This record gives sequence, C-alpha cells and structure tokens, in this order.
Amino acid sequence: MLGEGILKGMAVTAKNFFLSYFSAERLTTVEYPEERIAPIEAARVFPFLVYDGEDKQAGLRCVSCQICEKECPPKCIFIEKSQDKKPDYLGRPQFYPARFEIDVSVCMSCQICVEVCPFDAIKMDQRFEYATDERFGGLLFDREQLVKSNAHFRIIHPTDAAEVDARRAEEKAKAEARAAATAKTAAPKSAPAEGGE
Amino acid sequence: MSPVFYILAVLTLGGALAAVLLKPLVHCALATTVAFAGLALLYLELDAQFAGFVQILVYIGAVAILLVFAILLTHGSEPPRKGAFNRTWIAGAVIAAAVFAVLGWAVVRSAAALPLQAAAPVVTVREIGFALMGRYVLPLEIAGLLFTVATIGAVIVAMHEKEGAK
Amino acid sequence: MAANLDQIFILLRDWLVSFLPALLRPAAGVVLGVVAIVCVFPALFALTTVFERKGLARIQNRLGPNRVGPFGLLQPMADGVKSLTKEDIVPSSANAGVHFLAPLVLVVAVFMGFAVLPMGRNMVLVDMDAGLLFFFAMSASSELAVFMAGWSSRNKYSLLGAMRAVAQMISYEVVLLLSSVSVVMIAGSLSLTKIVAAQNVYSGGLPHWYIFTPWGLASFVMYAIATTAETNRSPFDLPEGESELVAGYHTEYSGFKFALFFLGEYLAMFSISGLGVTLFLGGWSAPCSGLEWVPSWIWFFGKMMLSIFVFIWMRGTLPRLRQDQLMNFAWKFILPLTLLDLFVTALWRFMGEGWLRWVVSTAILVAAYVLLGRAEMRKKHYGPRSYRYAE
Repeated sequence: MLGEGILKGMAVTAKNFFLSYFSAERLTTVEYPEERIAPIEAARVFPFLVYDGEDKQAGLRCVSCQICEKECPPKCIFIEKSQDKKPDYLGRPQFYPARFEIDVSVCMSCQICVEVCPFDAIKMDQRFEYATDERFGGLLFDREQLVKSNAHFRIIHPTDAAEVDARRAEEKAKAEARAAATAKTAAPKSAPAEGGE
Repeated sequence: MSPVFYILAVLTLGGALAAVLLKPLVHCALATTVAFAGLALLYLELDAQFAGFVQILVYIGAVAILLVFAILLTHGSEPPRKGAFNRTWIAGAVIAAAVFAVLGWAVVRSAAALPLQAAAPVVTVREIGFALMGRYVLPLEIAGLLFTVATIGAVIVAMHEKEGAK
Repeated sequence: MAANLDQIFILLRDWLVSFLPALLRPAAGVVLGVVAIVCVFPALFALTTVFERKGLARIQNRLGPNRVGPFGLLQPMADGVKSLTKEDIVPSSANAGVHFLAPLVLVVAVFMGFAVLPMGRNMVLVDMDAGLLFFFAMSASSELAVFMAGWSSRNKYSLLGAMRAVAQMISYEVVLLLSSVSVVMIAGSLSLTKIVAAQNVYSGGLPHWYIFTPWGLASFVMYAIATTAETNRSPFDLPEGESELVAGYHTEYSGFKFALFFLGEYLAMFSISGLGVTLFLGGWSAPCSGLEWVPSWIWFFGKMMLSIFVFIWMRGTLPRLRQDQLMNFAWKFILPLTLLDLFVTALWRFMGEGWLRWVVSTAILVAAYVLLGRAEMRKKHYGPRSYRYAE
C-alpha cells in the first residue's frame, strides 16, 4: 500500500533515536580529544628509528644504507652517512647515520621505507598529534626526535616486534655459534668473539 | 477622504506609474505587485475584509507570480535593448485618456446616484457565500466552466508541445 | 488559580497597559502583543535549530552540537554571532535593491501570519472574521520574496532554485487551501477563534478535534504534506537542496541576510504548523476534559512543538523528492484526494449524527486512497535493477 514504506522508515528512525540514548552501538561518536580509541596494532602514521638496549647511539640499528631514502616516494628522508663505523648487534662494524631527517609534513605513511629496510631499523609509529605553529621546521624531525627504543616498538607492535626479535636473536645465536666454532678451530690465536648488543 | 486614503492612493498610483515607466521588465512586475498591494489595502480601509484578503491571496500570491514567470520564461529578463517608449505613444495616451474619461464618468454618475451618508452594509464572508450560491450562482458556474476550459486547454497545449518535442 | 495561570499573559498585559492613559490603551495592548510575538517566536526558532541538529544527529547515530553550553543549548548564540559578524557579500551584478528587500519581505510576510493564531484562551493578537484567509494571503506573499531572492542574485542556480521553489509552493498551496476548506465547512466560519471554540467541546472526556474524524484525519495528513512542501522542508527541499543547488535561491546571501532567510523559513514552519494545530488538533484545547487545568497556551505550544518534532523526524528519514516526482504527487495524487475529501466532508455534514456517516466516510476515503495509490504505483517498476555495462 502506498505510504507503507514511509511509515516503516519512520519507525526505524524513531527506534534509532530513542535507543541511541541507551545502547553504545547506536551512538558511535568518540568525543575527541576527551575520549580516544586505542589504535589497532597495524596502525601506521610516521616512521621512527629503532635502537636496542639503553644506548641510543650504540644500539642504533640503522646502518645508513640509504635504501629507504631512495625508495621513499615523496623523498622525505634525508640521510648523511657517518665517516666512522660502529659495531652492530652481530659485532660487524657498520656505518651509522650522522644525520637522519624525515619531513613529516611530506611523509605519506606508505610504509615503503619499513618494507625495504633490510635491518629492521625503521618502523612505523602510531602517534599523530604533531600539529605545531612553527612553519619552518616544526614538522622536520631529526635523528634525536626519531630515535625510539625497541621496548617502545614492542609495546606498539607486539607481534611484529616479537617476530623481529626472534629473528635477530636467532641470527645472533648463529653468529655466536659460528664465532665459537672458528674460535675452537683457531684456538690459540683467535680473539674472543665480541658480541655487540 | 482620510489621510490613510491619500497615502494608499499615492502608493497605488506610484506603483502603477513605476510599472509603466521602468525599463527592466522584472522591476515593472514588482511595481505592479506594489500596486496590487495598494489596492488590497484600499479594500481593507473600506472594511471589505474578504475582498482585500482575496486580492492579496490571488493577485499577489498568484497573478504576480504568473507575470514574473511569464517574463522569465520568455526573453523579458534580458536588459532592454531600446527605450521603454515606442513611437506610437501618442495613440496610446489618447486611448488611455478616453478609457479614463469613460470610467470616471461612470463612477461619478453612480456615486451621485447613491445617498451621501449611506451606512456601509456589513458584508461578511457568510453573506458573500449566500450571494454567490443564491443570486449569483450562474456567474459562479460560468466562471468555473471558464477555469475548467482554460485548464484543459493548458493541458492540451502542453501535451502537444511534448509530442512536438518528441 | 488554574484560570489565573491560563490567563497570565492577558493579566500581565492588562496590568502593564493600565499605567497608560485610557486613550492609548488598545494600541499599547496590541504593541505589547506584537513585542511578545517578536520575542517568543525567534527564541523558539533558536531552540528549534539546536533540537533539530541534535535530533537529526541522534537519528544518524551521532551526537549533535554539545560544546557550547550544557548539551549544546547555547549553540544558537554562537550561530547568531557568526551570522552577524560575517561579511555581507552582494554580487556586483546583482540587483541591489531587490536583493536587499527579499529577506525583509519574507520575514515581514511570515510575521504577519502570527497575528491571527489563537495561542491560548483569549490570546489572539487580532481576532479577525476572515482570519484564515488573512493567514493564507500572507503565506502567498512570502512566495514572492523567494522569487525576488532568486532572481536578484543574477545567478542561474539561484534562479533555478527560485523557480522550482515557487512552482512547488504554488502547487501545494492549492492542496493547503482545499484541505483547510473542509474544516471551514464544518466549523462554519473563517475565524480561527471560532474554529477552536467549535473543537473545544468534550463528549465522554474526548474532545471533538477534527483530527478524530475520518475526513479530518485525511485532511490533516494532506495538510501536513502540503505544509512540508510549502516551507521547503525535507523531503520537499529540492529548491534549497544542499547537495544540488548549493543553497538554491539563497546562495548569494551571506551573514545576516542568510540568517533572516533561515529565520523566515523556520517561522513559516511554526506559523503553518500552528495553523494546523488550530484547524485540526483543537488549538489550545486540552486532549481530555480531565486535563483542562493545564494552561491553554502550554497545550498550544506543546502541540506545535510536537509537529515540529515530526518535521524533524521526517527530515531524518526520507530522501529528497525530485522536482517532477514532487509535482506529479501534488497534482495527480493529492489534489484529487483533496477534492474527494471535500465531498466526503459535505457528506459527513449532511448525513446527520450516527455511526453510518463514520462508515461511509471512512470507506470512501480508504477506497480512494488505495485505488489512487495503485494507479500511481502501476506505472513504476520497483524490482531489482538490471544494469547494462559497456563492453
């Protein structure tokens, strides 16, 4: 009958109106900034550099290979290699970035830098409240601002961090086993294997 | 001849003159609306409530809108290309004067025939209704017939246009 | 005591006016009434804007404005400050005089309509014999303002919106008038106070409101549809369709003039639903004779706000009608039903008291509705759509 659809529609709307005061699924508004929803684990916003252990300089995973700088689509990463080297977690001497800057206003959160990094050195953070009124550098993050510990990485991306840690521990174990084997075979002259953290 | 009458007369005449003298056609239509409003107020001043309100309802609410639609749907809304006066304005003025003379003579003669201090009859809507349904039922029915013919004609013209467009 | 509360505004006015010499008293009384109307209805308009936004929001699973004031109730203040301080932009090729006058004509015409509404016992501003006619005359004048606004902006979208708006308003005005005529037929008078008095009769506790009769219900539904169309409310808001024509005929208006259009539209909504309450819902009379101790003006404003909430509810539910669907609906469906309703009202009047007239009227109206509905729906094919894709 003509008009039936209208009445049914109005019944639906009325039900929604009244139940929105009682049931949470009918009122999905989150009143930011007083209320926030927790980000999901795979949320990605802007990159950060990971360091292991306590020392930001010694534990920095980034070896300044500059692959992420080349792969970044909007070219927002700027890396300057260092002149000297420092040992990485396997003990090998590696370069480190003297300057590592990301222009966060240009970054488009595509995660390509994370995907191409062979050293698990750059990962995506989840914080987005960086609005500032400094026009000329407020959103240009240098190495000190980008560097965050592995503990932070474990908190925000638990599964990823677990997988990365497992892999790195396994490689470290293999390297130590190899070093122990070579130390045994060249017992008199070998220097003790150094394990960097 | 109260001061209210003079003000309303100035309003009506001013609107009518503006309707004739202004150049852009839509302004003329709006001035005509002002003249209609002045007429309605004159009716109200004479205590003819029904006539006054129907004047507003019909003339301002429908006829003025019809005028405006007619102007807009044709080329009337473009700025006028030449002056508002055409060359045969003398003939127009003569005819207007003649019509005015005839109407004025008729009004003055009928006013002279009425007693000077006649009490105005109380005309309520009820009386108008009785009159329409009693004494004037034939004109009412003929007017209704005219409206029906006009509506049917409009429908036929529109239908033919649609066929023509197809 | 209840009678005093009921007449409190009349008593207040008489007390205030008694300070003046006797010569000025009637004029001062009227001026006070005008001041009251000019203060109360825009305040109601402000409240309605908040309630509309919050009501629509709750229907749409979200909160409405809730930052300004408790529960967002001071939001109209913020809106008012915003519209007053915005720059008043007039397009350079616009017709400045008409552009300026259009919102004024609208607001004046709409305010005049409030003069004949009986808002409580003895609370009419002007008790006219042809009150209903005056009301419709004023609402017809407001259409001209819409057209003036659209044309003077020299913007083809505004003009298009204005033409659509005027065409829609004229079509539904016929429906509005005819559905009110049935009430006039039964009440026997065009005066709104007499119409309310005719409905203020109780039998068995229930009032004789016209909505409780078959022809009254049909007329009320048609009146409600025509009101929604006259005031350009959803689902008939194509002329000001926010997603189609920017803002239709008031595109080129900014700041206070836009606020005046907004005010005019909402006040028109108030006055026409006030008229609907007067004609069909018994005006200021109470729903049952036991509740007569509640002041009459509370009933009037309560019923009026209820109809405003129904408007908001409809806005949140229904999609917008297209222009041709709208006009089709008016001329081919509602108008024949209105004419038939007039006939049924006459039958009701002349059949005399008894159950027979109820049965006959209801039967005729329901049959006509169903048959006309079937005729309208027959031409439309509602089923799953079939698509043809480009190869």
